[in-house]
Amino acid sequence: MIHRLVFENLKHRPVRTLLSVVAIGVEVTLILTLVGVSHGVLNDMAARSKGTGADILIRPPDSAGFTFSLTMPEKVVDVVRTQPHVAMATGTFVKYVDSFNSITGIHLDEFNAMSGGLKVKRGRMFESPDEIVVDDVYAQQHHLKPGSTTDLAHLWKVSGIVEEGKLSRTFGDIGALQQLFEARGLVSTIYIKLDNPANIAAVKDELQKLLPNYKVDSIEDFVSLFSVNSVPYIEAFTRVVIGIAVLIGFLVVCLSMYTAVLERTREIGILKALGASPGYIVGILLRETVLLALAGTVVGILMTYGTRMLMATFAPSMPQEIVPDWYATVAGIALAGSIVGALYPGLRAARQDAIEALAYD
Amino acid sequence: MTEVKAQNLTKTYRVGEVEVHALRGVDLKIDAGEFVAIVGPSGSGKSTLFHILGGLTPPTSGTVLIDGRDLIKMSEGDRTQLRKTTVGFVFQKYNLLPTLTGADNIEIARDIAGKKGHEPDPQFEEILKLLGIASRLKHKPRALSGGEQQRIAIARALVNHPALLLADEPTGNLDTENSTAVLSILQGLNKRLGQTILMITHDPEAAAFADRTITMRDGRVV
Repeated sequence: MIHRLVFENLKHRPVRTLLSVVAIGVEVTLILTLVGVSHGVLNDMAARSKGTGADILIRPPDSAGFTFSLTMPEKVVDVVRTQPHVAMATGTFVKYVDSFNSITGIHLDEFNAMSGGLKVKRGRMFESPDEIVVDDVYAQQHHLKPGSTTDLAHLWKVSGIVEEGKLSRTFGDIGALQQLFEARGLVSTIYIKLDNPANIAAVKDELQKLLPNYKVDSIEDFVSLFSVNSVPYIEAFTRVVIGIAVLIGFLVVCLSMYTAVLERTREIGILKALGASPGYIVGILLRETVLLALAGTVVGILMTYGTRMLMATFAPSMPQEIVPDWYATVAGIALAGSIVGALYPGLRAARQDAIEALAYD
Repeated sequence: MTEVKAQNLTKTYRVGEVEVHALRGVDLKIDAGEFVAIVGPSGSGKSTLFHILGGLTPPTSGTVLIDGRDLIKMSEGDRTQLRKTTVGFVFQKYNLLPTLTGADNIEIARDIAGKKGHEPDPQFEEILKLLGIASRLKHKPRALSGGEQQRIAIARALVNHPALLLADEPTGNLDTENSTAVLSILQGLNKRLGQTILMITHDPEAAAFADRTITMRDGRVV
């Protein structure tokens, strides 16, 4: 019976119910979108790292996380090539423009041989020192086509658009980049392909002995770094967004239930006259809150498909994944925020004087 | 057997700095199966007595027994229990829950009393017949006339078989025809089923339906 009362109460004020559900939905979408983008971007980076075709990579001493901001002598590449089971090795130079943009210098022939080749979809491969190619995602996001110019720490001419999925979104000639950014003879990373993947562990150990201060990782170990837990700022940022989202849910439900309690003052008086205990009255409001939170969670999950479409259109370089393993967590977060939000109105309702409530018009 | 007994019952409210003596020593005795009307002018203490007997507010001093239970010693929780099981209310403004149908308004009173399921209740079936509302139970209050709403309110008040039915100006919002119908129903409930009823009214014609009339003035029974 109490469930029918709860349901009818929600039906009685459809606009308030709808707004509450949508607001909780926004809270849920906010969290799922952030988590989905974090996972999407990291998995995309991992997939592009694997797209190099390399089995092992070497980074300079003191390299941290999965950035390529430090450099090492290019002569190390020659040393690596002499090692047993190394079929090919190539160095790349990465110039970071900001946190989200970089340009990667490659030895085109070596990189093509290792990765299977950059596939030019439009235009042509870079030929002169001022030319670069960008992948189709980068071209879409920055509205570039062959012949366009783009500023990546230097004004580059885009000679062609290549298929995405291989290491970087922007490629230029390594020699041109080393000269332009005063890094002659330096590389950021060395990618190594072996004669047989079965030799990865052994070769990795040998290379580590040979280059004790360098970061030597199998590509599988390296891509395992691409997780939310290994990027401290993403974890912290996620916590902040969850906090804001919980606050939104709390405020929305608190306001919604507070107005509901004010509006239903007389009805609360009636229930009290019938012998309803404070717990019974709080129970009605909490049930309404749980229904709002669950409906909001479902709406929020559905809205996530909308945000994924928006991200794919306006920020294709930040792919958003749908993250079903977060649904239970986000439902818990929405429920917790909503229940806390309903507590004050609920207690106010429970403490209402029955005689005053019955006299309320 | 005595259903309600009050001795030297007082109630003092504090409104700001001022003490209001709403009841100044009420003595009252209502036997089981009686239909008693309490009449008196505004401010005579009728409503305060109604609220105390219904367990909506505690008395200040004195003794008041309902169905053998002393209200003066009751906690808030005990009074909630009293409203759930021992008294039923009928109000002037009907006080039905607007979001529920007539049937659900009756059912919620059963739910609050902790009665689950639908065990046969011949006595309540008899009450429903007497009220003549079977065809209107699926409607929400906004689709019902005042008389129909009040009859559903009476059914709700009696669904848990209270020892005492308290009615506060039950015909105050009704026209003459519906007033007579509701008062006849109350009289019928009293005569046919032995329901103890205490009705507050300022209308002498309504009071005439009761077995006995008690007059209050200035917080006392006169």
